[in-house]
Amino acid sequence: MVRPLGFLVGLGFIVALLCAIFTTPLTNEPQAAHAFHKHPRHIALSSDGLFPHWDKAKLQRGMQVYKEVCSACHSLNYVAFRDIAELGYTEGQVKSFAKSFQVPSINPDTGEPATRDGLPSDRFPAPYANEVAARAANNNALPPDLSLITKAREGGKDYLYSLLIGFENPPKNLPKELQPGTGLHYNPYFPNLNLAMAPPLADGQVTFADGSPNDVKAMASDVTAFLVWTAEPKLVKRVWTGWAVLLYLLIFTGLTYMAYRNIWANKEH
Amino acid sequence: MASETSLNAGIDDGVRRRDFINIAAVSFAGIGAATVVLPLVNQMNPSADVLALSSTEIDISAIQSGQAIKTSWRKQPVFVRNLTPAEIAEADKVPLGDLRDPQTLAERTKEGKENWLITLGVCTHLGCVPLGAAEGEPRGDFGGYFCPCHGSHYDTAARIRKGPAPTNLVVPPYEFTGDTVVTIG
Amino acid sequence: MSFPWAKNYEPQQPLMKWLDEKLPLPRLVYNAVGAGYPVPRNLNYFWNFGVLAGAALAIQIITGIVLAMHYAANAGVAFDSVEHIMRDVNAGWFIRYAHMNGASMFFIVVYLHIFRGLYYGSYKAPREMVWLLGVVIFLLMMATAFMGYVLPWGQMSFWGAQVITGFFSAIPVVGEPIRVWLLGGFAPDNAALNRFFSLHYLLPFVIAGVVVLHIWALHIPGSSNPTGIEVKDEQDTVPFHPYYTAKDGFGLGVFLILFVALTFFSPNLLGHADNYIPANPLSTPAHIVPEWYFWPFYAILRAFTFNFLWIDAKLWGVIAMFASIALLFFLPWLDSSPVKSSKYRPLYRIFFWVLVADVFLLGLCGKMPAEQPWVILSQIGAAYYFAHFLIILPIVSRIERPLPMPNSITEAVLAKHAGTSSASATA
Repeated sequence: MVRPLGFLVGLGFIVALLCAIFTTPLTNEPQAAHAFHKHPRHIALSSDGLFPHWDKAKLQRGMQVYKEVCSACHSLNYVAFRDIAELGYTEGQVKSFAKSFQVPSINPDTGEPATRDGLPSDRFPAPYANEVAARAANNNALPPDLSLITKAREGGKDYLYSLLIGFENPPKNLPKELQPGTGLHYNPYFPNLNLAMAPPLADGQVTFADGSPNDVKAMASDVTAFLVWTAEPKLVKRVWTGWAVLLYLLIFTGLTYMAYRNIWANKEH
Repeated sequence: MASETSLNAGIDDGVRRRDFINIAAVSFAGIGAATVVLPLVNQMNPSADVLALSSTEIDISAIQSGQAIKTSWRKQPVFVRNLTPAEIAEADKVPLGDLRDPQTLAERTKEGKENWLITLGVCTHLGCVPLGAAEGEPRGDFGGYFCPCHGSHYDTAARIRKGPAPTNLVVPPYEFTGDTVVTIG
Repeated sequence: MSFPWAKNYEPQQPLMKWLDEKLPLPRLVYNAVGAGYPVPRNLNYFWNFGVLAGAALAIQIITGIVLAMHYAANAGVAFDSVEHIMRDVNAGWFIRYAHMNGASMFFIVVYLHIFRGLYYGSYKAPREMVWLLGVVIFLLMMATAFMGYVLPWGQMSFWGAQVITGFFSAIPVVGEPIRVWLLGGFAPDNAALNRFFSLHYLLPFVIAGVVVLHIWALHIPGSSNPTGIEVKDEQDTVPFHPYYTAKDGFGLGVFLILFVALTFFSPNLLGHADNYIPANPLSTPAHIVPEWYFWPFYAILRAFTFNFLWIDAKLWGVIAMFASIALLFFLPWLDSSPVKSSKYRPLYRIFFWVLVADVFLLGLCGKMPAEQPWVILSQIGAAYYFAHFLIILPIVSRIERPLPMPNSITEAVLAKHAGTSSASATA
């Protein structure tokens, strides 16, 4: 019974699929944006690869770029001030850095919303109180939270870096429907080519205490490195722990292989 | 683990070497398993954000003499009491020998700020919150705090005087960071 | 156990004797994976994957229980609680990444285990029940994995929940009420997240229970082997312990090396960037893809684009996707060949490898966007998939002339050793 019934069921599926094959057009709808879209450029960071480390000076510069530029519109919701001790700041520096931010609080006398100086246990305060406020201030576009941005985008750090340095004038042959509308900016690395964010960086915009270069590329690279850290502060620790575990497992596997060969030594199999 | 079954064939040194490898493999596996247990146990310890909340600032300017407030530090209640001169005198008058957990009031306060008694509001018996910090609450036979759970009485220096609690209410680590600002932790 | 020569458990110490009288648990273990279970001596490395799947299940349950101590199943804070685990909980990043990649490792070993069964005919009598219970485990795993993927409440979690529960809306009349009942709302939200968490916690223990039945059913006829010839006497077998405990120990080492490489060096390789964006019911990601282990089934779902007969394409897709797994329940009766191992089935062997290639093709189609040539490839792939199990396999098992088989496992082993030694001599 099973086989004849199965045969009929199978035939049903196959005929349905054959009909589908012969009715589906073999050509794709042309997507003009594809032709203008660019693949992200690679950026090499010290946190890449199998032997990573944090370039703390670079991360500190990146945080400065975030604070002076990005934080005007973008939140960093998952990062606490205490976390930046990992970037090489002392406890005192962390405290005074936290203090330079005002975080939301409640007036103890009236219960009204108020602000107070930041503490190391606080997280970076968001520039807008909520999504509606953020959209209202940004031409109905929502600036995404940056904590996880390098993990939350296809292409990760490469995409972010490319996007920051990728603003340009629209090419002459760009079809009309792909032209940036009002309040939009052409960027070939952005999925639909038109980005609500204006080019955020300009040469010399941020002055670094260590005198590092502050052209757009250098700043974009620094802030990208910083946002790789914010997305995964445990990255370096993770990889090096991995090496230790792997070393253990290689020895373990070697020993178990020898034990296996021993036990089977007199058994043909 | 047992490998005897298969290894009876040879009676030479090879047997001992083979046994050694089997034992080494099993012991090595044991070491690995034990190491993996560490993070699985450690994850239950306070996480970084909980540890970061370990200090709290309190403004004490509004507490009148004879009043107390309840606040919290590390999610535990803290009593801040502004002692009256009479309460201080009463605490100082008690002979240390009469105390279950001998401590003077001076030892339990900061120099020059003896009227500020800051203790955890956690009964040292089984962790209830004693009464006496808020207006109108019973303060026990010794005019300090009274724990209603099992009847522990604390005196004006929050020292245990009667009932099952073994020790005085704990004084948390704190310092005056301003004239009227206390940082606990 | 049907092996008269199987060793009997004989406790030596008084404590073990006492325990054996009151609760013969050590005896159970001894007979299940100890020296009391005779196993064919000729098992190859493909027989490691059962134990590895068990290890993967154990890893998932342990890491999962730990994660549940920190995770909050509430749409408002679920995403935050996962980031809290990643950033603040002691070793939280390790435990979460291990759980995430442990799911993938679990599916890898289970897929190898299933294809081992297909190649060596492990589903055939007298082991039909072992196979049926295995398919039940596979279904439970898929449900568990799907619900687990919803828990971080990222974009892929949310839209995965939306799409999968959307399958049910393809059922005429009752479909939409069922979908709303499953979600406890009209779109995935708190109610759905909470029940998925509850079930995601429960189902692994159900799986563990079915695994016990799976092993129990296996121990009645005993393990199959690469020749497909049943065990005849004692020299065909070796005791499970120490022979296969040692071999499985080595297999576990190799498995853990791959697992660790994935977890520590590239933990997000098999994930999707979109799931690091908090769920947003108002915006769908450009390209929704399930986790890799669902790709072949997702390709079958999408392959049906034609309203054939009175059933519309969407329903065809959903039926076909469920049928593609359900037909595995009938496999022991679809394949009527008495020969188990593909070693001696020259024709079936060819189709087996075509099926393997076909499943890889379907997987690739499931990953890619619904564009040509992937659509037509998925249609061809799906057609072969059903043809393989429902048409080709029954026919092949009738017309095929199997190769000559050895008389016993021992004979096959000795012949192989004679063969390899002469082969190496000539090489």
